[in-house]
Amino acid sequence: MSPVTTSPMARMLQRVPTPLRGVFPFLLAVPVLALVHVATAGAPFFVILSLTVGVNVILAVSLNIVNGMTGQFSIGHAGFMAVGAYSAGLTSKLLSEYGLSFLPNAVSDQVMFAISLAVGGAMAALFGFVVGLPSLRLKGDYLAIVTLGFGEIIRVIVQNTEVLGRALGLRGVPQWTSLFSCWFIVFLTIVIARRIAASTHGRSLLAIREDEVAAEAMGVNTTAYKVRSFVVAAFFAGLAGGVFAHYQSIVNPGSFTFVKSMEIVVMVVAGGLGSTTGAVVAATVLTLLPEAMRSLFIGLGVSADTAQLVDQARMPIYGVLLVLIMLLRPQGLFGTRELWDFGPFKLKGPAKLTAPPREGGPA
Amino acid sequence: MAELVQHIINGVAAGTIYALVALGYTMVYGVLKLINFAHGDVMMVGCYAGYASAHTMGREHSTSFLGVTVVFLVAMGMCALIGFLVERFAYRPLREKPRLVALITAIGVSFAISYGFQLKLGVGALTILPGASPRAFPEVITPSDWLVVGDPSYPDIVLRNTQVISVLIAVALMAALQVLVFRSRFGVAMRAVSFDHRTSALMGIPVDRVIALTFMLGSALAAGAGILYAIKDTRIEPLMGTQVGLKAFVAAVIGGIGHVPGALVGALLLGLVEEFVVGYGSSTWRDAVAFGFLIVVLLFKPEGLFGRVTAEKV
Repeated sequence: MSPVTTSPMARMLQRVPTPLRGVFPFLLAVPVLALVHVATAGAPFFVILSLTVGVNVILAVSLNIVNGMTGQFSIGHAGFMAVGAYSAGLTSKLLSEYGLSFLPNAVSDQVMFAISLAVGGAMAALFGFVVGLPSLRLKGDYLAIVTLGFGEIIRVIVQNTEVLGRALGLRGVPQWTSLFSCWFIVFLTIVIARRIAASTHGRSLLAIREDEVAAEAMGVNTTAYKVRSFVVAAFFAGLAGGVFAHYQSIVNPGSFTFVKSMEIVVMVVAGGLGSTTGAVVAATVLTLLPEAMRSLFIGLGVSADTAQLVDQARMPIYGVLLVLIMLLRPQGLFGTRELWDFGPFKLKGPAKLTAPPREGGPA
Repeated sequence: MAELVQHIINGVAAGTIYALVALGYTMVYGVLKLINFAHGDVMMVGCYAGYASAHTMGREHSTSFLGVTVVFLVAMGMCALIGFLVERFAYRPLREKPRLVALITAIGVSFAISYGFQLKLGVGALTILPGASPRAFPEVITPSDWLVVGDPSYPDIVLRNTQVISVLIAVALMAALQVLVFRSRFGVAMRAVSFDHRTSALMGIPVDRVIALTFMLGSALAAGAGILYAIKDTRIEPLMGTQVGLKAFVAAVIGGIGHVPGALVGALLLGLVEEFVVGYGSSTWRDAVAFGFLIVVLLFKPEGLFGRVTAEKV
């Protein structure tokens, strides 16, 4: 296991007055996001692409908490996303009938949006708790199958529920997602994931990943931590679902199949199980790559049929990619390391202020 | 009452097909402790091999007894080859790695096969990859009703020849497997490998070859199941393998994975439960049944109905 290092952000925080440390990253991020938001207002294609990337980053980073940090293998993440998307979508459909009259329309919408997202996240977290419970008894491949089963069951339930629009899906969800709100949640997810990793809780999760029996012997309540990691991951998947629902405006069960779950798994595995920044990079690249390929082929004047073939080839390529990663670099792109552990980003000097003493002890 | 009998007939016919697929999961899990996620997709390839061979022979030849046998043999041979290749190039290099690595690889292989088949690719008149649209499987066994109880236009109970033949073929294949596993040298080697790789290697058992053969055997059984499934469903498509495969896996777990007769019992149970849900409930719930059943079994009896409880060694 590689040592847990502090991010440049954490090092910067050492110089920030203590009361401000908690909110400092947000003080930095919010103006930047607002600036980007305003600057790209005239580029709808860029905005849509960035929303797709954002949703996938949230999903990958949150799945990394379960699959990467805790070492449990969940392959039903799209199920949580579905729960979040449907409950958030339904909530805002109900809420959009009302408005907060003392606020301007746009602000009132954003308040409603926040409420719906919270509902979506909470519902997904509840389901995460339900799915996390069997992980008390199951390991490895059995757990994987159960999470897959839950994902499928959620989809079948949705397909059979009148309120949720059955197979046609939920229509007319207000389009409240903006670049700012989406990437604010992305940022929130990344910050929280990193803080979990660097906290006592995170160390317990890593201990479970390395050796469950040893962790238990050292007094880690493995059951509680496993369930918690499921709940946290499901919560963020629910937020991602909510964000997704509010820019697609139509939520249908076809968006949350096993294929979607696998896409997220590929992102996490490719980025390196346990690396948050790895998940971010992999999610971004794997979302943009098919788009870039399509644009490239169309730009080169290849016939539409061939361009479409490239699009269809995405899934088999994902499959081959998984096998190749496992054969050639099973730890993924980054392994358990983070972006700042590498060459040009590596910071020198006695910067590892909060890093615990390492090496020397029995592995 | 008549309805119940009809559901039992359908359930058993479906269950035996699941059983054949489930056996592949159980055998591979027995020797490698690996869930071969690609198993269902290998079955799908078998269906397409059968489809191709039946079409090449033409309707006249493929419906004869010899023709049907050829269809089965081609599919089984093709699947055995694919099983061998998958084991050799995807799983064998990873055998000493953590199980999670193998599991991810298996999912990758499954994706590559099933979605690869969704691409449409051909060289001249020769189709290499079939494309996503479903195809009608040729009627290699001309369907007829062997037993009709009640009014012929609205029969109470119908027993189709395909159902009987499918159950017979499935039972024959399973009996052959049982003999192979418990009455042959290869079976002894296979069972030894499933206990302990290293000790078996020390006893002079060619572990690699046994594992490869187990894969080929499981894949061939899946191919047989695939043809029977295609005859029953009359329709094949690239993603069929994932659903059937998952259900068969569920059956294997219910029976206790690694336990051969358990897979049969689990598969029959699953076939019946599914049929009852469709018959008395609604067909839209069908796909949730298998997983709901699985979760209940895993929560209350994680080792399955016949599995042995294994203590974890530290």
